[in-house]
Amino acid sequence: MNIFKPKTESDVAQIICETNQGLNIIGGGTRGVVESGGNSIETKGLSGIIDYQPGALTMIAQAGTPLKEIESALSKEGQRLPFEPMNSRALLGRVGSPTIGGVFAANISGPRRIQVGAARDFLLGVRFVDGSGNILKSGGSVMKNVTGYDLVKLLSGSYGTLGVITQVAFKVLPIAETQATLIVDGLDDKNAVNALTTAMNSPFDVSAAAHAPSKNQTYIRIEGFDKSVLYRSEKLQAHLKKFGEAQVVEKSQSESLWSKIRDVDVFSDKTSDIWRLSVKPTAAPEIVSSIGFHQYLYDWSGGLIWGALPQGSDPRLALAKFGGHATRIRGKSGSVPRFQPQTKLIAELSEKIRSKFDPRGVLNTGLMV
Amino acid sequence: MEMPTPSQNVLNRKPELVKRLLSVLPRDAVIDHEAETKAYECDALSAYRCPPLAAVLPRTTEEISAILKICNEMQVPVVPRGSGTSLSGGALPTADSVILGVARMNAVLETNYPDRYIKVQSGRTNLSVTGAVEVDGFFYAPDPSSQLACAIAGNIAMNSGGAHCLKYGVTSNNLLGVKFVTMQGDIIEIGGPYLDAEGLDLLGLICGSEGQLGIVTEATLRILPKPEGALPVLIGFDKNETAGACVADIVKAGVLPVAIEFMDSPCIKATEAFAGAGYPLCEALLIIEVEGSKAEIDEQLEKIITIARKHDPVELREAKDEDEANRIWLGRKSAFGAMGQLNDYMCLDGTIPVTQLPYVLRRMNELSEEFGLKVGNVFHAGDGNLHPLILYDANKPGDLQTCEAFGAEILKLCVEVGGCLTGEHGVGIEKRDLMHVQFEPVDLEAQMQIKDVFDPNWLMNPAKVFPLSSSADRRNASSAMG
Repeated sequence: MNIFKPKTESDVAQIICETNQGLNIIGGGTRGVVESGGNSIETKGLSGIIDYQPGALTMIAQAGTPLKEIESALSKEGQRLPFEPMNSRALLGRVGSPTIGGVFAANISGPRRIQVGAARDFLLGVRFVDGSGNILKSGGSVMKNVTGYDLVKLLSGSYGTLGVITQVAFKVLPIAETQATLIVDGLDDKNAVNALTTAMNSPFDVSAAAHAPSKNQTYIRIEGFDKSVLYRSEKLQAHLKKFGEAQVVEKSQSESLWSKIRDVDVFSDKTSDIWRLSVKPTAAPEIVSSIGFHQYLYDWSGGLIWGALPQGSDPRLALAKFGGHATRIRGKSGSVPRFQPQTKLIAELSEKIRSKFDPRGVLNTGLMV
Repeated sequence: MEMPTPSQNVLNRKPELVKRLLSVLPRDAVIDHEAETKAYECDALSAYRCPPLAAVLPRTTEEISAILKICNEMQVPVVPRGSGTSLSGGALPTADSVILGVARMNAVLETNYPDRYIKVQSGRTNLSVTGAVEVDGFFYAPDPSSQLACAIAGNIAMNSGGAHCLKYGVTSNNLLGVKFVTMQGDIIEIGGPYLDAEGLDLLGLICGSEGQLGIVTEATLRILPKPEGALPVLIGFDKNETAGACVADIVKAGVLPVAIEFMDSPCIKATEAFAGAGYPLCEALLIIEVEGSKAEIDEQLEKIITIARKHDPVELREAKDEDEANRIWLGRKSAFGAMGQLNDYMCLDGTIPVTQLPYVLRRMNELSEEFGLKVGNVFHAGDGNLHPLILYDANKPGDLQTCEAFGAEILKLCVEVGGCLTGEHGVGIEKRDLMHVQFEPVDLEAQMQIKDVFDPNWLMNPAKVFPLSSSADRRNASSAMG
């Protein structure tokens, strides 16, 4: 079992060219993507911010750059990664330092995804090494770019199965001056999701909408300039009156509340399988009761469900009639596939794409199938 | 602009093709008389024309599947067409191709406000998507200038943007799912009314693939509640540099306007002469629009104006109501028409890092002197998406070629400063042969192998996007079979 630690993009290419067996691709190793066994290639040595233009809202960094280095450089200029990537260390019981390449390779997005888009929506360009050792690029470092096929989106969320991402260019946004969260107590799931979708349907630019049944609380966040947040928080309270009185928490209190939701801290036991479902928001309460999660959390106004099930359970049969998809985030691989199985035609297309980029099947073999 | 020689074999088999198409389509859906196919000879890049072998106007996904099966079997190239508003020749036919137009498929299939989506057939026009939901206070955000006419199918093919994408993103950021037919006639559904479809991001791949991977027949689109209001401010500067610096400062200050539009002096002059919007005749003009309630708009405009004042603007005009807002937008919206009054024009679409704006505009004016053609600029400054308009005389021999050579130099300049050839119009035929400026052969090969997967015989819109020399082997392999 070798761990390769390339320092440059050409090292990556050489390692891939020379390998004759599968390679696990590891960024910070905090997301539980790669299961143990076999040779690995670690991207940590490809580190550093290459270019940051606060006035253009763009940054270019090597894939192995620690997320905290990126976030600290951004916050010095009053900017941030808008899609709010989660920290999955506590949930998965991992140590290590997440990398920016890992965030994009796994398309990790948090609560603000519902307002601004996913990680993949902010990725402007990639450089990567495919399974044949070709050094390739797609996209660029500018915000609007339709030159050629969008391999950037294809690579984002491909979990390293099409190539080892070596460099990413992405769009960032200013940190809002302030934030506030409306909290409504005591709603059942159906009413809670109803309140959340009602908030999302208002013109008051909600930036996150979640419901935690374990705490019996429903949360709606707004962000922006001071006066505007005050105005919208009053408007929203009136708009949501039929769901009950809302208390409002501000700034740091609101921030810490959302970092807990982002990192999904609702699961008390360490043994259950944890599933992540993307669904139609209004269908969420019925989906939850059909599947029978023993603990769960709604984010994205119901569109994202985090749920716990006993080891080896499969939520997909119950999910099928509602549409959407389920990915197991924590739990051992057994007979239940981790990623959502796809329809025959889509699976065939995906497999063919994969075999073009990785004809020898050496990159994260066995993942996403 | 060179196009491949049509296959004589395909031309000879027109009667057989028409007969087979009529076996799966009603008579009125097949257009094969030469007088009528002429209507499909070009899109909005009208300098290039070629009537197709035939055009088909299906009404259902199943009809499209049947058409594609026939064309695939007979090895006849298919050119998809939305409303034919492409500025890059995306819907330009060849003489041996069938135009597949989706214009008759324009129904709204489902509207769902709580889950904020609308499902439409892809021939529906962009503006009429908003039209279907605005009475209930919603809108569809991507707003290309051609939105009155352009179809969602074309928006998806080109990943269209618009003036407001600084805040709301482009088509791919607002597309949740598609029904899609491959060249083999397979009907596939990808994504749906939930976020981030599973598996490899085929949705992201199809969006912006310029009709080369298949035909999108239905789309599930994100709709958003309309903001309470919006107002613009107009700011004039005596230097492009200053206007560029002002844009960067506004962005850095944390204000995120929905639009930041930029006009340079040739464009301001033309627009004033044409529309009389009362613009100051200065070097550079910004129109910045913000959204929200009255109080929120005031707060944001105040921040923008404070920043702008530090850059000594020669003019600063705040819209107080809708009437004044319309006056400010009047000039911007008539800019293309105004330039068209002066002469024929070609509209380019490169993107640059915002920080390179002053250098690029200066260099563009130097090139303008070298080539002896005037150029005006009106564009989306917030995201660096330039729209240089080069004026030329279509009736003057050689002028179009000079204009194209000038355009190519501008696009090379965009790439040289770290930008790209096209921000929202697509490559089509227009920028096809410049792709090697931005990409290495190996990068183009990686893209072309995607097309190999979806369309192994290279029949779907084959002569677009990639330099003809790069795609020649693949295209010739298929026409040898045909």
